[in-house]
This record gives sequence, structure tokens and C-alpha cells, in this order.
Amino acid sequence: MAIPHLELTGVSIDFPSPQGPFRALQNINLKIDQGEFISVIGHSGCGKSTVLNIVAGLYQATKGGVILDGKEVNEPGPERAVVFQNHSLMPWLSAYQNVELAVKCVFKGKKTKAEMKQWIEHNLSLVHMEHAMHKRPDEISGGMKQRVGIARALAMEPTILLMDEPFGALDALTRAHLQDSLMDIHTELGNTVIMITHDVDEAVLLSDRIVMMTNGPAATIGDVLSVELQRPRNRVALADDARYNHYRHEVLSFLYEKMNKQKKDTVNNKKDERENLVRLEKRKRKGEKAA
Amino acid sequence: MEINGITMKSANSIFDRIASSIKSVREMDPKQLASVIIKGTLVPLTGIVAFLVIWQLGASRIDTSLGKFPGPAEVWTQTSNLVDEHNNVRAKEAAFYERQRKRNEEKLAGDPNAEVTWRDYTGKETFFDQIWTSLYTVMTGFLLASLIAIPTGIMIGLSSTLYMAVNPLIQIFKPVSPLAWLPLVTMVVSALYVSDEPIFAKSFLNSMFTVLLCCMWPTLINTAVGVVGVSKDLNNVSKVLRLNWWTHVRKIVLPSAIPMMFTGLRLSLAIAWMVLIAAEMLAQNPGLGKFVWDEFQNGSSNSLGRIMAAVLVIGFIGFLLDRSMLMLQRFVSWDKSMVLR
Repeated sequence: MAIPHLELTGVSIDFPSPQGPFRALQNINLKIDQGEFISVIGHSGCGKSTVLNIVAGLYQATKGGVILDGKEVNEPGPERAVVFQNHSLMPWLSAYQNVELAVKCVFKGKKTKAEMKQWIEHNLSLVHMEHAMHKRPDEISGGMKQRVGIARALAMEPTILLMDEPFGALDALTRAHLQDSLMDIHTELGNTVIMITHDVDEAVLLSDRIVMMTNGPAATIGDVLSVELQRPRNRVALADDARYNHYRHEVLSFLYEKMNKQKKDTVNNKKDERENLVRLEKRKRKGEKAA
Repeated sequence: MEINGITMKSANSIFDRIASSIKSVREMDPKQLASVIIKGTLVPLTGIVAFLVIWQLGASRIDTSLGKFPGPAEVWTQTSNLVDEHNNVRAKEAAFYERQRKRNEEKLAGDPNAEVTWRDYTGKETFFDQIWTSLYTVMTGFLLASLIAIPTGIMIGLSSTLYMAVNPLIQIFKPVSPLAWLPLVTMVVSALYVSDEPIFAKSFLNSMFTVLLCCMWPTLINTAVGVVGVSKDLNNVSKVLRLNWWTHVRKIVLPSAIPMMFTGLRLSLAIAWMVLIAAEMLAQNPGLGKFVWDEFQNGSSNSLGRIMAAVLVIGFIGFLLDRSMLMLQRFVSWDKSMVLR
């Protein structure tokens, strides 16, 4: 059997809290192949960012581990580039200089100055930011900042591209443009991408597989859905596609029916418990009265 | 121009700002323009005039042992006296040097190998000389304090252990008044600075060190806060890029901390100027503080007026120092969310 590109085995993580260790994730198992586009979706607070941070090496799993290309992952590195939710650009550097910082760190000694310049400009043009590359973050819009963040991550030539709700803070139109850009980049470069998202449509449109997480605490992988839609995918054409809608239905049903049922069950259980206690109290009092 | 990755905006930006404000003025309609000018100049002017009137009325009612409390007219007279005195002394000095030069020339003309002596003019310092002395004393003290406070602030910001070690000392020494430091500084300087040909006057060193001890705390504390407050996201970027410690400090921590650092510097300069005047009075450094003290000891009928004139000059110089610091801060600070005024 081929060694999977990225493998998470039995990953669990506890966070110390005043009430004792808080188990955020429980027994996460996932195998990802080279070139796959994976979306992770789930309710707020279920630990999606935590999974990403463990793969990135920013957190250490308490149990289990992450193996990339046969090597264990336990610290951050440029081969697992991260695109953060808040672009995280240096406010005192221009867009070009922000990408340059990453390129200089990763390719020091391996590329000449001219090659570096070309590489930086190539990545900025991949995200359509050539015209504004010498502007500072406070001079460009949120969408443009996020694009520069993506360019910076791509410029590190990562084995895996990790994206933490990259389009969450953007309006619908900008999001649509950036999703299309991301699909083009993914087709052109063939890199592995793990993306966290809240948006069901985004997940179905962009991914090869959707990983759906259960509610926290002690969240785990509830279900993995394979999206077998032909690439390149056109959002307008897919709007009427039966399979696209079926996939959407599956994800929505998982999130809003199964997960909510879980919530309701716990609520109902608590209600039943309370009613039982009240009944017992009444019987006891009747018993005392009779005696 | 790049320093530590911060691209300094060129002077063009100042011209751009002036140009854009001129442009916006030209685009205003005349009524709006008139109201802006009137508001901008008339209102502050009214405030100043009202203050002068109240001052004059109040002053004429206060009788002190040295004569009436000086009103604005009296202060104006004294100021022009000070200017005249300064010009007189300068003229005398020029004349002295001229006579000396002529004398020595004649000597050399008569006998080319004769010994000529060049003496320095030993006249009394004028008011403006004293202003200059105060300024270079405060700048020396402030710059030395910054040279100590900024690296220390960075060190304690980066290491929480160092911070816990140094913090109690900061909290204890921060509130100490300059007048309490001065005797200690004087004793130490006179014990350690023993030389036959001193470059620096002892009074200068005493004032300068007192200023240093009192004004370094805001810079130290604010630099530490700036270093500690580097955004978590930027720290994560640094971890992903696997930056070594030195690069991390140089490229991420220091530029992040610069806005807070400059806030600290501005506070420190304001404190330094205030401390200097007090220190000069007691250390007898020939600056504005000494001027006020001498006038007070002198007790002539002009004294209060001259002291009042000195007070206004001290305030005005403090204002100019603060404004220069503000301009420097605007030039260097990248943080657009900080309102700088």
C-alpha cells in the first residue's frame, strides 16, 4: 500500500484549564493523498482550527501524531505554510516585502537575487496583485490583504497549504473571485490543500473530500464525504447540477440535523432527569405524609 | 530609505500633505474657507487675549515684597531688556576680540617671534546663552537615558524572567523626585570625576545625571510593553518561517514595538525638561534654572518680571521639544490606528 502523503493517527489534544484538562479533540484519524483538496467543516468551537494548528506544528497533540511523507510533524515549518484568518501581514512592510521576507527565509542561498525577485513577482501575479505590490497593508482592502497572505504561503513552495477560514472576513463577491483563483492555482500547481471553512457551498465547490467534524468538546471526525465532481468546476453551471445539490444536502443534513439532534438529545436527557427527580421527591413526600 | 525593514517615508510625504491641504483649501467655497480661518485663528486668539486681560487685572492687585506682581506689559518690557542685554554683551565680546587681534598683530608685526596670548572673553552669560546651556544639557541627559532605557526595555520585554527580576527596581525608583537624587549625584560626581583639566563642568554633569535618572523610566516601561505586545499572529508567522532568535527580534519584534517606544520617548523628553529646570536651580548649572534662582536671590524690582519671562520661555521651549518629538513619531510610526497629536 502506498504511504499516504499526510496521515493523522489517533490525534487527541488536551488543554490545561482551572477545572482540569479540557479535551478539545478526540481520536482524529485521517489519511490525505498528494494533490488532494480537503475541506474541514463543522460548527463553531468544534476544534477545526486546533486540528489545523496541530498539522502546522503550532500545537502538540497529547495523544497520537501527524506524519508527513514518513516524517513526524512536531514543529512549524515552511513546508506546511499557513494562511491565517487575519492575514497576519507585517503592517510596516509593503505587500512585495512581506512575500520577500518569506522567500528570503526559505530560499536563502538557493536562489539568486534576480531569481527571488522573479519568484516573488510570479506568486503575486498568481493572486492578481502585481499592480498593488508596493502598497502597504493599510493601503489595500481586506480581500487584497488575504491575497497577499496566500501569495506569501505559496511563495514558500509548501508541501501542504493550510488555510484557516481564509475567506471568512470577506464579502461574497470577493470570496467568489478568490475561490476561483484558488481553484486555478490548485489546478496549476497540484499542491495539497487543507482548508477550514464555515461555508457549505465553498466546501462542496472547492474540495475533493469534505471532512465533517462533530461538536466539541472531545470532537472527532463525524463523516468524510467524497465530492466527485469533474474539474474544472464552474459555480454557475453547478448551481443546477443534481449531484452538487445532493452533496450540499449531505453536508447540511450532517451539520443541522445530526449535530442538532445530538444537541437536542443531551437537552432532552437533562429534561428527563429533572422530571424523574421531581417524581421521586413527590413520592417521598407522599410516603412521609402517609406514615 | 530602509532601516530595519521599515521604509521611512521620504520628506515628500510632508510636502504631499501640505500640497493636499492647499488643494482642499482651494476647493472649499469662500464662506466655508472664511469660517475655517476665523475658527482656526480667532478662537485661540480670543483665549489668549482673555487670559492676558485676567492676568493684567489680577497682577495689578497683588503687592509683593519685590513690588507689584508682573503683568503682561511688565513681562514684555523685561523680555526686551533681556534681548538688549544679550546684544550688548555680544557687541562687547566682538570688540574685545577685535582689540585682542589688533594688539597681537601689532606685536607680531614688530617682532615676528614674540609670544602672543589669546584669551577667551569672560563676560557674564546672557539669557540666550543660558537657554542654549539648558538645551544641550537636557538633550545629553535624554539621549543617554534613551541609550540605556531602550535596550533594557527590549531585554525585559523579551524575557519574562528578566522582567520579574527588574520590575521591582523600576517600581521603586520611578517615583523618586529629582531633588532627592541631586545630593547623591553631586557627591558621587565630585568623588569620581577628579581631573586637573575637566572637559565637563561638574554642574553640567550633576544636572545631566539627575535628568537621566528621572527621565529614563517612561521609555523603559513603554519599550517593554511594546515588545511584549507583539501580535500573536506575527509570532506564528515567525514560527512557520522558522526565524532564528536574532532575525525574529530584528525583523518582527523591534518594528512592532516602535510606536510604543516613541510614545515612551515623548513622555521621557517632557519629564526631562521639567526635571532639568529644578536640577539646574540646585546644581547651579548655568542654564534657565540658574537664571530663575539668581533673579529670585537678587530681589530687584525687575526680578519677578524677568522670572515670569523665563517661565514663558521655558514653557515655549517645552512645547517646541514636544512638537519635534511628535513630528519624528509621525515620520517613523507605521501604526495608523494610533492617533498622534
